[in-house]
Amino acid sequence: MSRAEAATGPAGIDVGSASPLWTLGLLRSELVTTFRRWRTLALLGVLAAVPILVGVAVRIETRDGSSVGGGGGGGPAFITQITNNGLFLVFTALAATLPFFLPMAVGVVAGDAIAGEANAGTLRYLLVAPAGRTRLLLTKYATTMAFCLVATLVVAVSALTVGALLFPLGDLTTISGTQISFAEGLGRALLIALVVAASLIGLAALGLFVSTLTNSGIAAMATTVGLLITVQILDQIPQLHAIQPYFFSHYWLSFADLMREPVYWDGLVKNLELQALYAAVFGSAAWARFTAKDITA
Amino acid sequence: MDEASATQPQRAARDVDDSVIHTRALTKRYRGGQLAVDGLDLTVPAGSVFGFLGPNGSGKTTTIRMLMGLIEPTSGTARVLGHPMPRSSRAVLPHVGALIEGPALYGFLTGRDNLVRYDSADPTADPRTRSSRVAAALDRVGLTAAGGKKARAYSLGMKQRLGLAAALLQPRRLLVLDEPTNGLDPQGMREIRSLVRELASDGTTVFLSSHLLDEIEQVCTHAAVMARGRLVTQGAVAELAAGARGRLVVTTPDPAEAARVLKEQGVGDVVVADDRVTGEPPERDLADVNAALVTAGVRVRGFGVERASLEDAFVALTGEGFDVAG
Repeated sequence: MSRAEAATGPAGIDVGSASPLWTLGLLRSELVTTFRRWRTLALLGVLAAVPILVGVAVRIETRDGSSVGGGGGGGPAFITQITNNGLFLVFTALAATLPFFLPMAVGVVAGDAIAGEANAGTLRYLLVAPAGRTRLLLTKYATTMAFCLVATLVVAVSALTVGALLFPLGDLTTISGTQISFAEGLGRALLIALVVAASLIGLAALGLFVSTLTNSGIAAMATTVGLLITVQILDQIPQLHAIQPYFFSHYWLSFADLMREPVYWDGLVKNLELQALYAAVFGSAAWARFTAKDITA
Repeated sequence: MDEASATQPQRAARDVDDSVIHTRALTKRYRGGQLAVDGLDLTVPAGSVFGFLGPNGSGKTTTIRMLMGLIEPTSGTARVLGHPMPRSSRAVLPHVGALIEGPALYGFLTGRDNLVRYDSADPTADPRTRSSRVAAALDRVGLTAAGGKKARAYSLGMKQRLGLAAALLQPRRLLVLDEPTNGLDPQGMREIRSLVRELASDGTTVFLSSHLLDEIEQVCTHAAVMARGRLVTQGAVAELAAGARGRLVVTTPDPAEAARVLKEQGVGDVVVADDRVTGEPPERDLADVNAALVTAGVRVRGFGVERASLEDAFVALTGEGFDVAG
């Protein structure tokens, strides 16, 4: 066989001439397509509004010098500290959105990832382009994780802005009672935002798997958000404590441990391990399902 | 590009004996037991405009999806451009432009951005030439002016054109067009037909599925007919149509007398309908038949043989009309 024959197939097809960087091109296209959707922007808008609502409510309630919740200790974590330091609004907002708003937004994006394309029929054209099933799935997962990060940062930045406008800023008191500088506080806030974003990785993988099971984007989104609500409810039932450590949301609020001095790592590590486990299990399931699936939509 | 042109004659020589699509006993049984495609042996010669014909539900789209690697065959093999599918999707599909079961677009993106999106999914597409190739594809289907409009505002015909443009983003060796004139007005259909002829004259093999017989007849050099998941026939269109013989048609104000004379002259299956008398032409020279009519005093307004259409051939082959298979 001559060299020319080896480089081309029997019918003269060039094999493997593609640039290894093309996957980035697909990823960029995917990111642009996702973040230009009106729906994505609306979700981010809702998330940005939560800290504004919390900040304004706290400001109004404490106008007369009284403490938040009448000193009863109700509401999300850190809420009583906001009046002393606006930076605490970041922690409060993340604690308030993590149980439902953030994962719901992620569930919508992840659930729609494959099923939405199948529903619109665009999936078949991406695959004959040919995007490649594994590459498309990885691109979709990377985009969903990018959305987790962006969504968390939107909450954090909105909270920081509102906090700075409505309340004083300065050195913070940690949960352990020690003082840290404002700069270090900002660093902790960023770290907490990253941990919160990472907390959503497991749900993103679950949503992507659900998305490969159906050709209806709406059904996949509803199923993913439904699973989220179910797990959140089951996590509150004491009799189920034996299986609760395996719920993806079980260690979510452990991010507060980053505000201890020294930082208490146990819950944080368990959370990240659990997210990695979910990503591995449901990522593999999604891959097995999607690469073997007949595309009939 | 120099390299490509240097290997061109070599490729062309190989393609003579290489078919562009070749399936052997290709079978698809869906979950639930429905046999959609049953032992298909299809051969599409390089450089042909191949009409893939059959009623709705006859297995055309399932076959196309198997050829494009979207559906795994239950048994049998499919080779496209000489490579097995779906295993070689990555190598084969960049050389194939496809329009499958109508266009599918992102309604929230403009027509131009839809093409950019599909082009960036192609691993062999050069991002540096992307915008010029997108512009050229839009121009080719007459959508340059509407390229900046959101795709959800497109009419069905415009969507169909944009789908075609996506298939034309790169020079292709094979175009698979499933019902490409669906939703187009007569002018649009004519444009698509001339586009198909133009592409074919550049050497692109065109695989065109349709349920419109006259469309296939107008543009295709070869055709295959499917019915109920099985291949009924395949071959050159001229041969297929020749398989069904034309009919002798005599138009006359004296149909009864004409029918008697025609039978005498050896015309079989004579049918009288108003002033038209039709029958299977005899072996002898038709001029003699005409002379016999005139000699017998039959006043003849029209005399001739109506060429058999592909539809006649289809009916002759399947023994049925062109209805949806149950």
